[in-house]
Amino acid sequence: MNALITLLFTFAILAFVLGFGYRIYDYARTPAPLLIPTTPAPTSRVGMLLRMLREVTLFESLFKANLWTWAASWAFHVSLALVLIRHLRYFTEPVWFWVVLAQPFGLYAGLLMVAGLAALWARRIFVERIRYISTPSDHLMLALLLSIASSGLFIKFLFNTDIIGVKRFCLGILHFDFQALPGDGLLYLHLSLVALLLLIFPFSKLLHAPGIFFSPSRNQVDNPREKRHLSAWAAKLEK
Amino acid sequence: MATITPPAYRIIPIIPVLNHGAMAKSMPYVASEKMQEAIGFPGKLAENWQETHDAVIAKMGELLGKYRSLKVYMDACVHCGACSDKCHYFIGTQDPKNMPVARQDLMRSVYRRYFTLAGKLFPQWVGARDLTREVLDEWFSYFNQCSECRRCSVFCPYGIDTAEITMAAKEILDSVGYGQKYSNEIIGKVHKIGNNLGLPGPALENTLEGLEEDVKEDTGIDVRFPLDVKGAEVLLITPSADFFAEPHIDSLIGYAKVFHASGVSWTLSSKASEAGNFGMFIGNYDQLRKIALRVREAALELGVKRIVVGECGHAWRVAYSFWNTLIGVGAGAKDPYAIQLQNQLDHRYKQPMHICEFTWDLIERGGLSFNKEANDKHIITFHDSCNVARASRMGDMAGGQFEIPRNIIKAVANNFVEMRDGTTREQTFCCGGGGGLLTDELLDLRIKGALPRMEALQQVADSHGVNFMATICAICKAQFTKVLPIYGFDRRVVGGVHQLVSNAIKLGDK
Ligand code: SF4
Ligand code: SF4
Repeated sequence: MNALITLLFTFAILAFVLGFGYRIYDYARTPAPLLIPTTPAPTSRVGMLLRMLREVTLFESLFKANLWTWAASWAFHVSLALVLIRHLRYFTEPVWFWVVLAQPFGLYAGLLMVAGLAALWARRIFVERIRYISTPSDHLMLALLLSIASSGLFIKFLFNTDIIGVKRFCLGILHFDFQALPGDGLLYLHLSLVALLLLIFPFSKLLHAPGIFFSPSRNQVDNPREKRHLSAWAAKLEK
Repeated sequence: MATITPPAYRIIPIIPVLNHGAMAKSMPYVASEKMQEAIGFPGKLAENWQETHDAVIAKMGELLGKYRSLKVYMDACVHCGACSDKCHYFIGTQDPKNMPVARQDLMRSVYRRYFTLAGKLFPQWVGARDLTREVLDEWFSYFNQCSECRRCSVFCPYGIDTAEITMAAKEILDSVGYGQKYSNEIIGKVHKIGNNLGLPGPALENTLEGLEEDVKEDTGIDVRFPLDVKGAEVLLITPSADFFAEPHIDSLIGYAKVFHASGVSWTLSSKASEAGNFGMFIGNYDQLRKIALRVREAALELGVKRIVVGECGHAWRVAYSFWNTLIGVGAGAKDPYAIQLQNQLDHRYKQPMHICEFTWDLIERGGLSFNKEANDKHIITFHDSCNVARASRMGDMAGGQFEIPRNIIKAVANNFVEMRDGTTREQTFCCGGGGGLLTDELLDLRIKGALPRMEALQQVADSHGVNFMATICAICKAQFTKVLPIYGFDRRVVGGVHQLVSNAIKLGDK
């Protein structure tokens, strides 16, 4: 069992890094032949970077679109970030000081994350038009995230596990010095689900994470009259 | 006409309930073999389905490699539904496939099946499906129910622009011989005759002479409408509808009066007598470029210093956003092809320039004077056209495309009222006829798609007595002229910004 989890994790991390890396390479090499920022768009690079920053941290467009979806989705993502930061303590020795500072927030965030996910799922089930566009994988993705979050919360609040042992295991993976994982069913479940998430990341709609950085309607500067924008394949037509 | 009833206004603009398959039968005419071949596409679908199937998948693969937008947008959608209630066609038809995300999914389902691991292994789980003849017909129907207005892209957290996907779909359909008649016929005319409406050079000359006489009769002043004048300062590129359609022609008269008052010499071109560029609507880069090339040639031949574009939404998108890329009209080029033209242009001015920028600049410098009372019979509102609002700019500031036309209206008229928030500026609703859908067989769709705009107009008509909706797009003008009466308005409620300028401008005695 132990070896299996170790193997699964190593494989998942590898698949994640390679898959994710390939996607980024693939998006980056694909040309964007025409300037198509959704206007009004920033006219300078700095402005564009600020637009991206607002989009990535505040979900500006979603906010304009639908307040409820925005609230649930923003709550989920921010909590996820805090929870991830909290988890950094299993991978750092000594634990970075800002990670220590974030510990208590990470805890509440875990609860908020479940609430956000539940709200997002409720929309998928109860709002007719969202139900219409949902595929089984959309539901499964929420189920997976909810299971990860709740198994984690269970371990924290109800069935404490040998946290020192977990940390030894995690550091072991990072240094290819594999250590045993405490024998705890819930922990196994939590970790296997995380491994599964990492595995499917590069092959699923989770690609929205790198995707947003490559979205031409958001990451282009509105300056077509001032600069000539020409992709390689389009330039060939002029020869 | 009396038999057509528009959809009822929503009392409160709530999100409609779904009406499955409501528009499944809506389809434009298929382009004939002759039309297809005239612009370099296969005449018709292959006899053998497998051949078409393979060609579609191959073309899709090619486009995924050429357009980052398509590739990223295919992957990034999380089915959050933020866009789902934002499309005027969904609001007007209640057909769930007119929700932007559902429209994208018509293609995304095929993308997943043939280009992603998950879709190859577990098609049902991720909404992937095989490409069949039925799927292709569904594309032809529903991608011809998108006006490429980009309203959905404003709200999508990843900026996914359904217009890009619609364009790709149309490009694929054309490439396998399944084109749309209206757009492809028009593109044929541009190449053959020089403009979308098929108005030949001599007819154009007659029309312009007639206009000179009309204006003389009206004002007593010799306002010129020059054609093909070498060495003129400004080349005006305007939609061909401006030459004879109502109310478009009144704006053309407005431009001429502004040029007259400014003292700047200008000319139209018989070669480039069309600002519209349907190459964009069908997502075909070659056509987009070829159609734009006429402007480059005309500018070089006539030796003009400036290029100004008339009131047309998608044409302004092409001119503003794409001309520098396509034909080098703009600044900042480092390659000889573009430099040749850019050296000729006068860079003290924006290249290209919108006619509204031209007029507003003159107004700001005190170069024009108006008799605002001439517009007092109008209580005016402004309809932002999609391609101007969400795909281009005017002036130096982001959002200038909203301010400048409004500033002009306020400078030439006394009564201006805004429509409800959320229906103007970047959130404006399409007129319902853009993107190559302005054809009679799609009238039902066009009427339904106009619903959100008509609701907003009705509100200000009731509350403020608005009786004139100014706009700067030839398609908007034509579409509204047709659908306004169906919603119980006079068709002359719609008109151009330069029509108002024309009413009020003082000529001769400044
Ligand atoms: S681009 Fe406009 S017409 Fe097309 S799906 Fe989006 S909102 Fe609807
Ligand atoms: S808003 Fe964007 S991500 Fe959400 S469903 Fe629409 S296209 Fe997909």
